[in-house]
Amino acid sequence: MKIAITGIAGRFGRLLAGLLHRNHEVVGIDRRPCRTVPKDVEVHCIDIRRKRCEAIFRQNRFDAVVHLQVLHNPRASSAEHYSFNIQGTDRVMSHCVKHGVKKLVLLSSANVYGPRPDNTQFLGEDTPLMGGERFSEIRDLVGVDMLGQSFFWKYPQVETVILRPVHIIGLVRNAPSNYLRLLRPWTLAGFDPVVQVIHENDTALAVEHALEPGIQGIFNVPGCEPAPLSQLHRLAECKPIAVPHLVAGPMLNRLFKMRLTTFPAPELDHLRYLCMVDGQRARSTLGFNPQHDLADTMAHLRLTRLLQH
Amino acid sequence: MIKHIYTSALDFIEGQLSPDLLDTIDDLSRNLGGRKSDDFGYTPEQLKWVLPVAGFFYRRWFRTESVGLEQVPPGRVLLVSNHSGQIPIDAAMIAAALMLDAQQPRAVRSMVERWVPSLPYASVFFARLGQVLGTPENCRRLLEQAAPVLVFPEGARGISKPYKNAYQLQEFGHGFMRLALETGTPIVPVGVVGAEEQYLNIGNMDRAAKTLGIPAFPLIVNLLVPVLGWLPLPVKYRIYFGRPLYFEGDPEEDDIEIGKKVAVVKAAIDGLLKRGLSERDGYFL
Repeated sequence: MKIAITGIAGRFGRLLAGLLHRNHEVVGIDRRPCRTVPKDVEVHCIDIRRKRCEAIFRQNRFDAVVHLQVLHNPRASSAEHYSFNIQGTDRVMSHCVKHGVKKLVLLSSANVYGPRPDNTQFLGEDTPLMGGERFSEIRDLVGVDMLGQSFFWKYPQVETVILRPVHIIGLVRNAPSNYLRLLRPWTLAGFDPVVQVIHENDTALAVEHALEPGIQGIFNVPGCEPAPLSQLHRLAECKPIAVPHLVAGPMLNRLFKMRLTTFPAPELDHLRYLCMVDGQRARSTLGFNPQHDLADTMAHLRLTRLLQH
Repeated sequence: MIKHIYTSALDFIEGQLSPDLLDTIDDLSRNLGGRKSDDFGYTPEQLKWVLPVAGFFYRRWFRTESVGLEQVPPGRVLLVSNHSGQIPIDAAMIAAALMLDAQQPRAVRSMVERWVPSLPYASVFFARLGQVLGTPENCRRLLEQAAPVLVFPEGARGISKPYKNAYQLQEFGHGFMRLALETGTPIVPVGVVGAEEQYLNIGNMDRAAKTLGIPAFPLIVNLLVPVLGWLPLPVKYRIYFGRPLYFEGDPEEDDIEIGKKVAVVKAAIDGLLKRGLSERDGYFL
């Protein structure tokens, strides 16, 4: 199978390329330079919004596209997020239709449901996407997910898979991994929600399952067994600082504005409320079973902390 | 040092609990397959710390009398109770009855109000003891695990009612009946007598509750007495477990049909309350 991976220069993109290139022909597309990919992976350094990107689709006649190139930089402007994420995804989708791509895998996130006080313990795939309600900066990510859903209905000839993994843990530079790598992370005093994390290798495995012919639809992807946040801190061998929730928000907001932290204040809701997903569909339809348990995942995180230092 | 104090305290507490109770807690922990807490954050080990306190209130403070515990069937069951007393001590006492007085101790899971997860400390405390946010999906999942689930269909309407409405059942939600029909779960009506008098509510300040974003703002006379007034009055609790009720039908039936079945449960609870009120000789006896 010939597979295109957009956003291959990211850590997860490279990890996925490393997994898929053994059995498939992989072509990467990214606007960032990418060096550390397997030698047989051809990489095109181009912005997915550029017209020239279509030529890559025309020349390669991909069987499948894994769309990972979604910008989530809290420092980037809202206009940049919208332009890159919504327009970029839309372009990739139209190329898929025009050039006969049979499968599109879109990596969304369980964060699109949003951590909320009245969330039921396990959110199903049909739950409304409320992530933007309290965290307006991720509205474009919710938009990308919804774009994928409308694409699914408009173009049934393309098997579309939307994956919503829980917090991906590993070398990736996302908020949960960055947070758990801290030696003195904040917690909110009096709150200890149960959280779900997934090993980055398991996420790549879920993408591989999603590429199998006949699989389409939306899938929540929970990883290892859920555990209270305090247990994750213990396994991450960090010493959290409990901050009262009434002052934590304004303090973090101030620190973010002063560029002393990379975490925007609404992320604190993840330390307070539940945002857990039901993985029944991923297990039964996708045939996905995570290979790494919580101890494994957190040991991997500790290793990535050492590597970073 | 801290670890040593913790271990000694735990040993002392384990010495206070009956072997049956410890076996039940160990069984619950074993069922988690090496994990400390389940998917909901329920940590059975924490029961060891709470049960002595609950036991003190159950046996000494409220001198609770539980009647009909043998009627609670094994396996999944919905315990449907009246709700009263301003704070959910009635839930704790029903749970204590099933742990301390039942022939085979059972850990009850109960459904909590939607604003509880917003409360610091209380949210963690409830979750660790097996209390779960009251959504139909959560309740369904617990029933599938064959747990006894305690629900209060009156919700905040019941617990926060002023004393002038004591022992008058408020409007029942229909969700529990739809779930019972869907999962084929028997319903055990439960009547709690005594809780209405533990805190005397002379009225609710609805506007203050709305401003603060809480379900109710009761005016409680007891709280006028500093410190001691914060404790509930040592009234006598009577908890009556009724005969299990079995219902059949379509869980998607319209509200009128479901309402008829709910009325049967409500009447059963009302009967238990009337029996309790007739059997008591005063608030404290």
